[in-house]
Amino acid sequence: MHILYQIFVDPFVQMGTAPDLLAQTLWDGLVGGVLYALIALGFVLIFKASGVFNFAQGIMVVFAALTLVGFHEHGVPAFVALGLTVVVMFVLALGVERLMLRPLVNQSEIILFMATFGLTYFLIGFGQLVFGGSPKVMITQELYLPSGAIQFKGLGGFVSLQKIDIAAVIIASIMVAVLAVFFQRTRIGRALRAVADSHQAALSVGISLEQIWVIVWFAAGVVALTTGIMWGARSEVSFSLQIIALKALPVLILGGFTSIPGAIVGGLIIGIGEKLGEFYWGPLLGGGIENWLAYVIALGFLVFRPQGLFGEKIIERI
Amino acid sequence: MRAPSSSEAALGEVLLAVEDVSLSFGGVRALTGVSFDIRKGEVRAIIGPNGAGKTSMLNVVNGFYQPQSGRITFKGEVRTSMRPYAAAHGGIARTFQNLALFRGMTTLDNILAGRALKMHRGFFWQLLRHGPALKEEVEHRRRVEEIIDFLEIAAIRKIQVGRLPYGLQKRVELGRALAMEPDLLLLDEPMAGMNLEEKEDMSRFIIDVNQQYGTTIALIEHDMGVVMDLSDRVVVLDYGRKIADGTPDEVKRDKDVIRAYLGEPQ
Repeated sequence: MHILYQIFVDPFVQMGTAPDLLAQTLWDGLVGGVLYALIALGFVLIFKASGVFNFAQGIMVVFAALTLVGFHEHGVPAFVALGLTVVVMFVLALGVERLMLRPLVNQSEIILFMATFGLTYFLIGFGQLVFGGSPKVMITQELYLPSGAIQFKGLGGFVSLQKIDIAAVIIASIMVAVLAVFFQRTRIGRALRAVADSHQAALSVGISLEQIWVIVWFAAGVVALTTGIMWGARSEVSFSLQIIALKALPVLILGGFTSIPGAIVGGLIIGIGEKLGEFYWGPLLGGGIENWLAYVIALGFLVFRPQGLFGEKIIERI
Repeated sequence: MRAPSSSEAALGEVLLAVEDVSLSFGGVRALTGVSFDIRKGEVRAIIGPNGAGKTSMLNVVNGFYQPQSGRITFKGEVRTSMRPYAAAHGGIARTFQNLALFRGMTTLDNILAGRALKMHRGFFWQLLRHGPALKEEVEHRRRVEEIIDFLEIAAIRKIQVGRLPYGLQKRVELGRALAMEPDLLLLDEPMAGMNLEEKEDMSRFIIDVNQQYGTTIALIEHDMGVVMDLSDRVVVLDYGRKIADGTPDEVKRDKDVIRAYLGEPQ
């Protein structure tokens, strides 16, 4: 009985008696969730348009952030460096389309997936060659991103919000809104969904696959750059950052691989669930559950709702 | 608009001509020296036993396959091969034997996708749904609604096409091709797998498209009754070669055609 009490009653009593801690945990979870959502968004964009699970999304985050810092280290003003990095991401998208996707047209998805592995290791090697392997500091101040924290008094204590986190949430929201409107309303958005469904049919109505691929890889690159700046500002820019990209997997399973709102909601659920789980239930298991809780949640979804919360319903005609 | 009779169509100018087209995949010869033409305003059938190269022929015409030799003349422009984009841009639309729809999208969006090449406003305007882009979107929607009415699929406009029964999916696919306002419409077995009533509906749509909009149609079909009723001229392929070309009556009596379909008399 005691263990049941610890699992089902005690954590909620704690939440009730110390609302400030609950609010702090929720906020931390929300911020983490927004960043997961951004990474997942990069995956969704490419998956929607080409059915490819882009393993390289994580390294693209690192590569974009390193490029930005690298330009700045060579004396380029921060905002010019930002612009140049966007150009680099466009060139990368163009290169991926020409050298990787185009020769592999009509190959099965697993082959394209393996190609993104190749891209990952190419970017790791190329990045280390150009920028070196040591961690770098994100140029937060030069980009006029705020630092420091705001403290709120209330809820029987203090809640402290990092300003950079607030900025991250705002920027991520704007980015998601723009992308969602773009894909829902524009001709290119419709063409993108068309390409995702059938290459053949898309070609027959005159949609250019090449153009669509460049656009989605570029969009994923810009999302990667944003993620890299935000994540880099919270810790540092290093190659180990690409590991967080794997956190996008449970997010995608939760939200559905093809849904932009799914990526957002999935990211938030994973982010907040992780922090709440760690803070209130973690001690029961000796702590450290943050690292695997997301995958357990994903496993549950795979069993009961494999298409995710927002994924397109899987219809197979036999 | 008045329907051109078959004799008029036979006199019409040539819209598309393929000359001496050969196509092979490795050692397999799909087409060998095939030549025929499609004239403006006619319904041209391509028939032949299974594996005769009919679908390959359509794929050559809309640029999915690039033949090893031969020439394709479309609207007076001579080229050695088509590209899908150039074909779509030049006014060639098609449907597929095994359906190629955007399954996750609604009927409405599928047909709107057919207008991809006709939308020109910059996407910043589209993003804002304002000004010229709004006007353009409204105009496209109007055209699409016309097609939906024409094909009698108003009831399913908001349904994901993946959920629709086969016969209706075929109709949506035709709608998407019509949305391109094509000059040449390629139909790959538009009636395969349909019941009698669905076939009759589809035949009616094909005749109406041809007569109301004056669209030139090339179709592949196995149902000989349908072929003989609908088409002005028929080209017959067998093992990748052309074995007959003419009006339905001429083709029906042709010895090679009878042999190809029924085999050698014992």
